[in-house]
Amino acid sequence: MTDTTAPRPRRKAFSVRTMPGFSSIAIVCFLALYAPIVVIVVYSFNSGNSIALWEGLSLKWYATAWQNDAVQEATIRSVIIAAFASVISTVVATMAALGTTHGGDFRGRTVIYLLINQPLMVPEIVTAVALLIFFSMIRIATGYSGLAYLIAAHAAFCVPFAYLPIRARLEGMDTMLELAAADLYATPWRAFRRVTLPLMAPGIVAGAMLAFVISLDDVIITEFVKAAGQDTLPTYMLGQLRRAITPEVNAISTILLAITVILLTLFFILTRKRSPKA
Amino acid sequence: MSAVEISPAAGTDQEARAEAARTRRNWLLSLPAVILLLFAASGPLVIVLIYSFLTPGDYSGVKWIPTFDAWTSILFSRDIFDDTLRLADAHLTIFWRSASLSLLTTLITFLLGFPTAYFIATRPPRQRGLWLFLITIPFWTNLLIRTFAIMEVIRNEGLLNKLLMMTGLISEPLQILYSDTAVLIGMAYVYLPLMVLPLYAALERFDFRLVEAGYDLYAGRWMVLRKVILPLVKPGIVAGSILVFMPSLGAYVTPRVLGGGKHMMIGSFIELQFGQGRNWPLGASLSMLLLLIVGIGLFFYVRAMSKEKAHD
Amino acid sequence: MRSPTLLIAAGALLAATGLAHAEGELNIFNWGDYTSPELIKKFEEKYDVKVTVTDYDSNTTALTKVSAGGHGFDIVVPSANYVPIFVGEGLLLEARPDQMENFKNVSKRWRDVPWDPGRHYTVPWQWGTTGVAVNKTAYSGNVNTSAIFMDPPEELVGKVNVIPEMSDVMAMAVWYAGGGVCTQDKTVLKKVRDLLVAAKPKWMSMDYGMSDKLSNNDVLASVNWSGSTFRARLNNPDVVYGYPQEGYPVWMDSVAILKDAKNVDNAKLFMNFIMEPENAAMISAFARYANGIDGSQEFMPENMRTAPEVNVPEEFAAAGQFLPTCPPAVQKMYTAIWTEVMK
Repeated sequence: MTDTTAPRPRRKAFSVRTMPGFSSIAIVCFLALYAPIVVIVVYSFNSGNSIALWEGLSLKWYATAWQNDAVQEATIRSVIIAAFASVISTVVATMAALGTTHGGDFRGRTVIYLLINQPLMVPEIVTAVALLIFFSMIRIATGYSGLAYLIAAHAAFCVPFAYLPIRARLEGMDTMLELAAADLYATPWRAFRRVTLPLMAPGIVAGAMLAFVISLDDVIITEFVKAAGQDTLPTYMLGQLRRAITPEVNAISTILLAITVILLTLFFILTRKRSPKA
Repeated sequence: MSAVEISPAAGTDQEARAEAARTRRNWLLSLPAVILLLFAASGPLVIVLIYSFLTPGDYSGVKWIPTFDAWTSILFSRDIFDDTLRLADAHLTIFWRSASLSLLTTLITFLLGFPTAYFIATRPPRQRGLWLFLITIPFWTNLLIRTFAIMEVIRNEGLLNKLLMMTGLISEPLQILYSDTAVLIGMAYVYLPLMVLPLYAALERFDFRLVEAGYDLYAGRWMVLRKVILPLVKPGIVAGSILVFMPSLGAYVTPRVLGGGKHMMIGSFIELQFGQGRNWPLGASLSMLLLLIVGIGLFFYVRAMSKEKAHD
Repeated sequence: MRSPTLLIAAGALLAATGLAHAEGELNIFNWGDYTSPELIKKFEEKYDVKVTVTDYDSNTTALTKVSAGGHGFDIVVPSANYVPIFVGEGLLLEARPDQMENFKNVSKRWRDVPWDPGRHYTVPWQWGTTGVAVNKTAYSGNVNTSAIFMDPPEELVGKVNVIPEMSDVMAMAVWYAGGGVCTQDKTVLKKVRDLLVAAKPKWMSMDYGMSDKLSNNDVLASVNWSGSTFRARLNNPDVVYGYPQEGYPVWMDSVAILKDAKNVDNAKLFMNFIMEPENAAMISAFARYANGIDGSQEFMPENMRTAPEVNVPEEFAAAGQFLPTCPPAVQKMYTAIWTEVMK
């Protein structure tokens, strides 16, 4: 692979980071992930009524979606619930990960760990039925029937999805830096903010992203917990499943994708300007 | 945070107090998550547990007549024709199919996800966020519509078959749709980010000087991968496989749409009991049993993993 | 979530949905993709009422949610076999639609129905049938038989779909085996099981969404609903709809007012409103099923007025039957057979 007689700097050319074939697998993965997305985008411009039978190019479904208040409201509601649920679940999961990973074993750690992962252990329908019955009692008792139930249900369901990546990050993380900071008379909070938090950041970002997409996709729990006028995009689609799904949802998805991509691009341009050197 | 821990422990009394303080602190940190879960996930499951000991209602729900029927009928069912009590092999078949399919899904997502996470973690730091987003963006579209799009890709006249035929690899379109292969492709697709993100979180902090040291000691790439990299990212592997294995056990949409729904999985079987089957207690007892098995499995899995780590 | 506007919007949404219902509201709980938006708009404008439609995906979901309480819905649209359950559990209001002004428009056939004698609780929304759809270029034999899926002809083996509706499919299988609805006859049921177990390997899938798959020839035959087959035929003229002579299910979804409804007056207005032929036609034009209101035909799109999927031909009418809800003991056996087949 490399010339063994070469001086030390040449040795660097043999990148220690590269694993043969890994990049190709990764690229294939990315391509495969986007193949169905291309299909979704293409069919959003279908002039026919089908998501699988191409009839011609048209913007008809964008017009349909534009006029359909119900589907727009459902989409916005989905995003709002996902935003709240992912923030809440990421915050509590970060705290719990600090509590259960940092600084060794303690009494009750396994109990907490199993409890946090519990939502993964039963099919969603079971949680859904239980929540329906429990929340209905609260609804009748309090008279409040707003979105908070859905947000709470989603947030709780998303906790393990946020927790596990954060914990994976924290486990075996060097506590020396934190101790050093403490030695330098940093307050615990300062040490946490300046040292631990930045080190945890990639785990938190990964966890929050997972929580967001899990909440955005959730259908069965939502179907059972939602009250009048609280359809989300997935439950709207579930209702269409028995009949025929039209490219309207493709159009909505495409718009959502476009907004995401634009926001991301803006974000990256802005942060690049602020910190030219990473 | 760690101020308590580093205060030099003078005597056992002080040590015990420090220990108690640490336990208290850790519990306090975990408390919001515990409360949230008890309120909106695990707590209400008590209702399901109670239901599993009741009699099915005539048309849905339950009647408040206590019985163990739901539990015994998981393993033994009375034959509806000759009324003999026998092993409920249908339940076992369904359970076994779900478990093996989930295991395969976990394996596939790991084999694809590890190189992908590695790839992202070895990009320049500024680019990593972008690649991470690239992994999650496909999941901003709805699961159902995504599953239908996968169907469009793998159907007989779909993208994949056309591509394969164009390259001359096959001459006849492959019937992938409505097969176990289709379910595996779909599940691997749906659960890939659940594997990649935790792996990335663990890999990202990885110190590549260790790899360099490995090479300096004339270890081959495979050796370095196995002896240096994998053990260090084990927490990520644990997290990823939990996140993929457990939800795929209860997966419902993907097997039904891509597999054609001809074979039941544990998720759809439990769904049937709460829906058209009108047997809530059986659905409840099945899910409680699942909770028990998976919970115990997780307990030993995590314990084995942390033990191994202690040995390293 | 840093964006203050989003937070405000979210806050507003939280508050808006949490408030008690003001006057001039109506909350409809209906099957997904089933409610014509034009119909709703017309009703809103005529009576100055804000209508909210929320979707459900199955009768059992609707029943479970409504019986749990605290849902906030005024109107629900259960299928015929679920109406007696809703009534029996005391969930419906006796709204007496039979005394409403527009009740005179309801077809004679749908005025006194077994699931709601004298129509004291419900008014017709839509009705249809479950039959078999076949691509006639693939199979040119008799399509008016359940043998299409119970014993698929050579040409269709491996290309048949069966919708995963336990009650419909089990009923068709029982009729095919010579039994009657909700039969407890074990020799018949044994035959049903054996037939299903033998037929299943010849099926391709058990899935919904057949109007697309029949259109693009992914599926060559399917147990399917009439309206879905109608839509498939519009895309693909080769698709024909068969009414199995051994027996096929007829179903009707009916509008009912819930006992704990908060907007009873508006709900009654809505009931009366949809019995107007012109309005009933809007429902049908959207969801592609017949509605049971006399005189609505002339307001319907041309291709629906003559469609053999929507208008049951005379010679097949007799084989159609409504499915009652089977008693729990029978249900248990049916579920056991279904599980055995699907395992």
